Amino acid sequence: MIAMQWKICAAAFAAAVLGGGVLAAALEPRERVVRVTARRFEYDPPRVALKRGEPVVLELTSRDRRHGFKLPELGIHGEALPGEVLAIHLRPEVAGTFDFACDVFCGSGHDDMEGEIVVTE
Amino acid sequence: MIGFDRRDFLKLAGLGGVVFASGLGFPGRTAMAAGDDFYFVQMSDTHWGFQGKQVNPDAQGTLRKAVAAVNELPHQPDFIMFTGDLTHTTDDPQERRRRLAEFRDIIGDLNVKAIRFIPGEHDASLDEGEAFKEFFGPTHYTFAHKGINFVALDNVSDPSGALGADQLAWLKAHLGTLDRAQPLVVLAHRPLFDLAPEWDWATRDGAEAVALLMPFESVAVFYGHIHQEHHHMTGHIPHHAATSLMFPLPAPKSQPKRVPVPWDAAAPYRGLGFRSVETYGRELELEEHPLAGTT
Repeated sequence: MIAMQWKICAAAFAAAVLGGGVLAAALEPRERVVRVTARRFEYDPPRVALKRGEPVVLELTSRDRRHGFKLPELGIHGEALPGEVLAIHLRPEVAGTFDFACDVFCGSGHDDMEGEIVVTE
Repeated sequence: MIGFDRRDFLKLAGLGGVVFASGLGFPGRTAMAAGDDFYFVQMSDTHWGFQGKQVNPDAQGTLRKAVAAVNELPHQPDFIMFTGDLTHTTDDPQERRRRLAEFRDIIGDLNVKAIRFIPGEHDASLDEGEAFKEFFGPTHYTFAHKGINFVALDNVSDPSGALGADQLAWLKAHLGTLDRAQPLVVLAHRPLFDLAPEWDWATRDGAEAVALLMPFESVAVFYGHIHQEHHHMTGHIPHHAATSLMFPLPAPKSQPKRVPVPWDAAAPYRGLGFRSVETYGRELELEEHPLAGTT
């Protein structure tokens, strides 16, 4: 079931690598920005609360090393890198809880590095 | 085997092993002389350094028990292959080396000295295989043994669980030098197919490697990582996962989280063991050797 519209915008991704100022120009209007920081062995915040139908961009970065961000239920897969921002644009269309996790092996707590996106009405 | 049929040997051995055999590969090997038959042992996921009494209260003894069990095999294998996660991960590079050294010392008691290794993500993903190479050499390589070509792959030094473009190019170039009529055995840590990507039981670019193997009529893949016996076909290529020598994991996607199966005091060492693989005429014959019930 496709519960959300997801897109990792190529332009935004390229802009993200270049810096926040360029990134801002690439964003769609009215998108709420939610920043998620990965670090061993957790995401901050671990729980992302969204409203159904709300356009959002997740800005994913890493504080220490390369981490993964996989949300297999929806086919989302990206990586968080120190000094870079990965922009994931989404508009949730169905309420529910969607788990994400790190799939880049990062150490002794790797298996517990996970979080969730909670979409409410 | 010498003096009697291998099948009879398997029946006589009485080791509680389970034979998985027949038609698993190597249909092109009919021309090989019977004298070329041999077997090797696959040991995997020893996770030396793991601590967790709920999962394995004999974490210090299980590997030694396996070494003793291999040494007690009535006919010793031509070689032994360790398919990764020799050690349990640690964030301390010095501790990683200490564990690798202890592992090396323990398996030094194996009677068979022809031993090959590939890393698992616990050994190599945090330093791109640097410490592993110091102890055991290259993380991917090839060799041949009695008419069978072997390719050992590294799908863990990249922490994302990928072979990478360079290794795929190396694999393609090497396969191009081989006679496709000769049997080929591929060794890896992670599965080369998407067994359960949500549990990291996959190789990101594994499909590209499998595509390169497809032209070979007689090819089989042996891997570890999932801590349980598992058999899967991609086209005509069988993929065989080995049990662990530290703790079992649940069946793919059988529960929400991939957590170790707790120790069962009523059946100690259940789910742990090693495997022997024998080339036998046209067949590739697998025998599982559980540690449970051994002395």
